[in-house]
Amino acid sequence: MSEDLTNSPLGSLAYDPAPESASIARLQGSYGLFINGKFTDPSSHEQFTTLNPANEEALASVAQASSADVDRAVGAARRAYETVWSKTTGAERSKYLFRIARLIQERSRELAVVETLDNGKPIRESRDVDIPLAAAHFFYYAGWADKLDYAGFGPNPQPLGVAGQIIPWNFPLLMAAWKLAPALAAGNTCVLKPAETTPLSALVLAEIFQQAELPPGVVNIVTGDGSTGAALVDHPDVDKIAFTGSTDVGRMIQQRVASSHKHLTLELGGKGANIVFEDAPIDEMIEGIIDGIFFNQGHVCCAGSRLLVHESVADEVLRRLLRRVDQLRVGDPLDKNTDVGAINSAAQLARIKELTAYGEAEGATRYTSSCSLPDKGYWFAPTVFADVAQSHRIAREEIFGPVLSVLTFRTPEEAVAKANNSNYGLACGVWSEKGSRTLWVAERLRAGVIWANTYNRFDPTSPFGGVRESGFGREGGRHGLEAYLNV
Amino acid sequence: MESESQLRAFLASLSGVDAVGAEARAAKLATRSLKKSTKLTALDLAISMVDLTTLEGADTPGRVTSLCVKAMYPDPHDASVPSAAAVCIYPDLVARARTVLGESRVKVASVATAFPSGRAMLNVKLLDVREAVAAGADEIDMVIDRGAFLSGRVGQVFEEIVAVKKVCGSSHLKVILETGELATYDNVRRASWIAMLAGADFIKTSTGKVTVSSTLPAALVMLEAVRDFAETTGQLVGVKVAGGIRNAKDALRYLVLVNETVGAAWLTPDRFRFGASSLLNDLLMQRLKQRRGAYVRPDEFSGD
Amino acid sequence: MSERLDVRKTYKLLINGAFPRSESGRSYEVTSLKGAFLANVAQGSRKDVRDAVVAARGAQLKWWSQSAYNRGQVIYRLAEMAESRREELAEHVALAEGRSAKGAQTRVSRAIDRIVWYAGWTDKIAQVLGSSNPVAGPFFNFSIPVPSGVVGVLAEQDSSLEAFVNAVFAPLAVGNTVVVIASERRPTPSILLGEMTATADFPPGALNIITGYTGELAPTLAAHEDVDGLDLGGADDEFADQLATSAAGSIKRVLRAKKSDATSLRRLRAFVETSTVWHTIGQ
Repeated sequence: MSEDLTNSPLGSLAYDPAPESASIARLQGSYGLFINGKFTDPSSHEQFTTLNPANEEALASVAQASSADVDRAVGAARRAYETVWSKTTGAERSKYLFRIARLIQERSRELAVVETLDNGKPIRESRDVDIPLAAAHFFYYAGWADKLDYAGFGPNPQPLGVAGQIIPWNFPLLMAAWKLAPALAAGNTCVLKPAETTPLSALVLAEIFQQAELPPGVVNIVTGDGSTGAALVDHPDVDKIAFTGSTDVGRMIQQRVASSHKHLTLELGGKGANIVFEDAPIDEMIEGIIDGIFFNQGHVCCAGSRLLVHESVADEVLRRLLRRVDQLRVGDPLDKNTDVGAINSAAQLARIKELTAYGEAEGATRYTSSCSLPDKGYWFAPTVFADVAQSHRIAREEIFGPVLSVLTFRTPEEAVAKANNSNYGLACGVWSEKGSRTLWVAERLRAGVIWANTYNRFDPTSPFGGVRESGFGREGGRHGLEAYLNV
Repeated sequence: MESESQLRAFLASLSGVDAVGAEARAAKLATRSLKKSTKLTALDLAISMVDLTTLEGADTPGRVTSLCVKAMYPDPHDASVPSAAAVCIYPDLVARARTVLGESRVKVASVATAFPSGRAMLNVKLLDVREAVAAGADEIDMVIDRGAFLSGRVGQVFEEIVAVKKVCGSSHLKVILETGELATYDNVRRASWIAMLAGADFIKTSTGKVTVSSTLPAALVMLEAVRDFAETTGQLVGVKVAGGIRNAKDALRYLVLVNETVGAAWLTPDRFRFGASSLLNDLLMQRLKQRRGAYVRPDEFSGD
Repeated sequence: MSERLDVRKTYKLLINGAFPRSESGRSYEVTSLKGAFLANVAQGSRKDVRDAVVAARGAQLKWWSQSAYNRGQVIYRLAEMAESRREELAEHVALAEGRSAKGAQTRVSRAIDRIVWYAGWTDKIAQVLGSSNPVAGPFFNFSIPVPSGVVGVLAEQDSSLEAFVNAVFAPLAVGNTVVVIASERRPTPSILLGEMTATADFPPGALNIITGYTGELAPTLAAHEDVDGLDLGGADDEFADQLATSAAGSIKRVLRAKKSDATSLRRLRAFVETSTVWHTIGQ
């Protein structure tokens, strides 16, 4: 028996399409701004179209909020704060949040389809990760609302007031949950600004707030582009800004609120290092690398976009990794068997292409998955760069796409030094069966989250956030309350 | 392997298995959705991979006859249904099965080596195998000595498999690891390698006689082992999952695991098997449902 | 018989465990609140700030990775040193702040007690701010507070010792290293305290003290990209706004403390990061 293994292609049992039905989304033709408990027209009557990035077809028309609309939303939030929410007991706030958690669970399939249509992420991920975690987040913080005295910030901690929250397009509903749940539990009212390219799940969430009979004005949702976000940041009656997005925008926001009374938390970019030692559990480690960089098309701030491999196993790891990359199923995000979906926007696709072109120009060795890509929509084949040096742009800049840079190291010291050689500090991975070394490395990594023998895991009880230019403040856990309390 | 210490050093050099990661990978693959023609292809493939099994003290020649007929013609009304891969029985019934199956492509597989516990003297085990082969068994399903393995006497386990393989002659040897008793995935990986190095044609998860039978993650670890063994030696070893696989849904999940871990060369009865009894009827029911578009009665198919 | 002529001291900077004059060679005159000449104090330059940041960065891992127990011992040792020189400290506080001897002594006592308080925090902060997180899955998950890194401090201008102690020892206790710009007009008590660190086993660079003009030095500290945190206690509102804007360039953690923060956990929380570690649990 000496058959050539190349005769054993993986995935040769071709899976017929297994698409989730798009009609489950029940999308409306157009959406207004959710202000004071109602959907209202924007003052300018301006609308914009949100696209399905997988086929470039229009999904819905969404209101463009002007600064006047933002002012209305902040006004509604302020009134709700003063007249209702600050007078609502923690126990009552808690029950509202439990209701919301349950309603998300009840409408989870619809939300998953909406998320996949608007964002381009595989339905498997929106169904198994985004939506259940969003519900879990509300469920977790619901329980805090009447226990704030026990949260470790002293007796009777007070809310900040009106929170302005700006979220990105990579996990639209989950990021909304990360922002809203702790803010409401702590007793704040909110104005949420979803990302321009992914507003729809937040608007379904607005319907859920109506079903939950959340008092009008407690949460307001203003859709729009960057100018809407800027109006929210600059609004004088906002007490708190929470932002998740790029480091460049985060820096600008910090500058704009520096001379105000506004509290600020930032969850920004990253260039996570996934460190592989020679004694790593190899099969699970390969899966972990895949999850680390190709989960959500690599549109993940904490993505393990730099692979640091011990040089003694580098060839072996690369060989196995490339075999696995080739096997990723790229295509229709609604297909239940899709592993990698569409890039969220034309602009993001252009950025990924630009940076990967630098990777080749700077001399890294490029491997591209042999998968075929759909004709329409925004697509980028999973890509791995080997022979990457620290100085390469693809080793330093956040690509925010399905692109992995592979570097090697010789000693644990060198691994740590290379991992830390970044202005970012959001997340890192460590793969080893040796506990003492894993903890030694974890202690030295400058990162807010360290995954050992796993990657890209999230949980409402687990604080998440960065150090250095990856931002400050934590989301999740007891620590996440601090961002919304005057303590 | 020249010595036990060499074997031990080799086993120690194998990468560890992170249980959480292995289980997560298996669970993720279990969410694959097989539809339409893929499902039909997979159901037929699964039928052709069944080792139709009866391993009861109450087994009779009559029951074995019935089983053999079922294996050859799973659905007597539909000639397009493939036959099962084998019947799997106790040694004393091999001769009967051989007679019934005749020149059919359905193989006779016999458990041996003091199945299911493996607790007997080596010469008794070898005699067990020799008799089964002499009676016409195409395949021998042996059990490893788990006590020896778990206490670290890996050389003994290895030598025993070598000895059995020798007695098998041209009959194929399936080595049952009894993963449910091996406690850890690291052990599953090590036992897989011992069996392969000692000459196994197949490695098999379970006897079906202990509480924990085949699981997706254990099968995943074994598939990874056969893949790595093939890359190292060029030899393609088969995998048989057995015990507790009762419905088509479970079987298709294993096929997905095979498809995405070792690929096309293993998507054949020559390299992948299901040891099962009631599974076959569920596969037939699902197959008919796919064709008719309506759910069918269990009584559509014979009980054996 | 003539009175003995006293031996005066040159007041220098503290950078990397050494006591240099400013690299610029400049000094400026510091007087008592009543206007009497006290000393020619080193007038630190932007390059001194840069050198201090380099020293602080170099010392950070050393300071942090020695045990929390050891950090507590070192800080407590400083309290011992300060206690033995409390008369001298009180004399300087009295002159700098224009206080009676008794009033100055009260403030020195409080400052020393506060150092002791922080010495005790080093090995408790992780238990107070850390947690084990019950995630829904087979993972052990814990969060611990780790230092932000290098913290720049503008010491308050009025309180010459107490506020300095609060601003400096909170970040030190949790494992940061510090570059502090001392009170511009009232620097001598903090310089004395800095001298005492030389006999308290601080790793060189853990605490660096720059004297000089806050208005000239603070912008360098605020803009320095290798400074992770900034305490604006020593800047007035308008100046603090300007520095906070500049600090945003490298996403610094910025503390604009309130008076009530002296005894709260807020100062200890201001310059720590929560580091969360996940590890699989399996056989």
